[in-house]
Amino acid sequence: MYVAVKGGERAIDNAHRLLAKKRRGDTAVAELGVEQIRQQLPLAVARVMSEGSLYDEQLAALAIKQAAGDLVEAIFLLRAYRTTLPRFCASLPIDTSRMLLSRRLSATFKDVPGGQLLGPTFDYTHRLLDFSLLAEGDYPGPDVHGHAQLEPCPHVLGLLAKEGLIKEETDLGEAADDITRTPLEYPASRAQRLQALARGDEGFLLALGYSSQRGYGRNHPFAGEIRIGEVDVWLEPEELGFPIAIGAIEITECEMVNQFVGSTAEPAQFTRGYGLAFGHAERKAMAMALVDRSLRAEEYGEEIQSPAQQQEFVLAHCDNVEAAGFVSHLKLPHYVDFQSELELIRKLRKPSTEQAQ
Amino acid sequence: MNAATQPRPRRDDAYNFAYLDEQTKRMIRRGLLKAVAIPGYQVPFGGREMPLPYGWGTGGMQLTAAILGADDVLKVIDQSADDTTNAVSIRRFFARTAGVATTEQTAQASIIQTRHRIPETPLTADQIMVFQVPNPDPLRFIEPLESETRTLHALKDYGVMHVKLYEDIATFGHIATAYAYPVTVAGRYVMDPSPIPKFDNPKLHMSPALMLFGAGREKRLYAVPPYTQVSSLDFEDHPFAPQRWEQHCAICGSEDTFLDELIVDDQGTQSFVCSDTDYCAQRVAQGRDGQ
Repeated sequence: MYVAVKGGERAIDNAHRLLAKKRRGDTAVAELGVEQIRQQLPLAVARVMSEGSLYDEQLAALAIKQAAGDLVEAIFLLRAYRTTLPRFCASLPIDTSRMLLSRRLSATFKDVPGGQLLGPTFDYTHRLLDFSLLAEGDYPGPDVHGHAQLEPCPHVLGLLAKEGLIKEETDLGEAADDITRTPLEYPASRAQRLQALARGDEGFLLALGYSSQRGYGRNHPFAGEIRIGEVDVWLEPEELGFPIAIGAIEITECEMVNQFVGSTAEPAQFTRGYGLAFGHAERKAMAMALVDRSLRAEEYGEEIQSPAQQQEFVLAHCDNVEAAGFVSHLKLPHYVDFQSELELIRKLRKPSTEQAQ
Repeated sequence: MNAATQPRPRRDDAYNFAYLDEQTKRMIRRGLLKAVAIPGYQVPFGGREMPLPYGWGTGGMQLTAAILGADDVLKVIDQSADDTTNAVSIRRFFARTAGVATTEQTAQASIIQTRHRIPETPLTADQIMVFQVPNPDPLRFIEPLESETRTLHALKDYGVMHVKLYEDIATFGHIATAYAYPVTVAGRYVMDPSPIPKFDNPKLHMSPALMLFGAGREKRLYAVPPYTQVSSLDFEDHPFAPQRWEQHCAICGSEDTFLDELIVDDQGTQSFVCSDTDYCAQRVAQGRDGQ
């Protein structure tokens, strides 16, 4: 009987104890440390920080541990913590042209000032299970020696902009609404859209970006530049009057170049889509850049006909904490509503039964 | 008999009173004032992430947090029952973060947070109802675009809604909406009363209690002020009619309450009981039974 949902406090307490036991697993195996997660699952930590909108590797690792590896649940934990934090001030915009790069590539030019840098990547690995990792040993990892010279690495798309071949991005200098403080209203500005996409579910954005490549709102992209590395975060406290660096964060930035035919008012030129994520998160940044460009359809007078181009569709559904919550709420009792439907469907069926007789 | 009022427990000092910070509560209260001033109008608000999932009452919880005072007595119901797990969970949340007294008795409560029901016990002017709302816009399933529905509301253009109801009558002979049945508030805005059964719609009309509605995921709130006209949409030749049961409650014998259907054995034998557990328990305490 459905009274299983009743019974309240004791059932809840017991359920939480069972969950804690499941999370711990076999106690004969050593407990997983938060620092181990942080050090050895850095890509999971990056995803939780990005979609949780909070750069804190330790707390993200803790959330992953607490969520027993369920990353959407970990993102939710981090978000719920973030919402309680006071806001001191906003940082200055990060300057990604001054990043300390660990990886950088451009698919549009064979060589670019600063060069291409493959860095740590799954690309070109053969996806063969490495059974040597099964051996529980003290695998020290390979030695890596850094001997690169520091040299300036200007944004690749900036080179196109010099020639006027790509649509200039201008800073309007306006304060951007924080979508976690001010509710999103449509049509949303690009600043708001980018915030929503940065918090958006990687899988959802990946599928939408992919759909735009397969002809649903075709926008023919090239990976203009992908860069991963550390960038300084600067604050300018009012009482100080000059900026100070408070630390560095690892980010992934992606700029896609897209074709744009031009119009009567403007000569043909390239356009771009932008993606940014915390940590090493290439797939997310690329998917975000594709969707960002698709959502600029109206700005460029393109016909809006596909899901990836429709901002209400994308922005209202890209948040996995919202989506997971609303889907999971179907587990809550609905017997009042169901009873109402039951009564209605019996009533609706009555006349047709009479007609049949 | 349902549990009487529980005295105020110790508050968890690790969080601000009722969890949300004071700035956020002030922002929500400003939104609520606007909502009361424009009955039935959906006010956008800067909804915060709550430590419970979206869809599980985060909108209602934020409103409750914003209006809760230390002396309030809180009742939380889900499907009209105080002991469903989510109602227990939300009640515990406020007992812990606000240290307020809680109750299962409708008459003892000053604030009642609810999912999907309005209590059977008549409310008073000293009480506030807080509804948890999944989809605040009654036009959403007719027109999915928010930019469009806001315009329709602004122009009081509710033709599409009437067409939908008319199509129901043409197809089924009845308006085929049993819960979340749309209402017109103070002759102006068409409002989704949240997924309460249409049985409860008449309780909204000229209610002495203030009715507040919060949608956390959609970041909208709205209100029905006390003593406000609320009419369920209908046609002259197809007047609105709330549900009625031929059965009576198997526990308290009530014949005029919303009844839940239970299937009590493998042969599918039905039994009907009051969905409002507190109301049912009060009647039993007064010596009524289902025989």
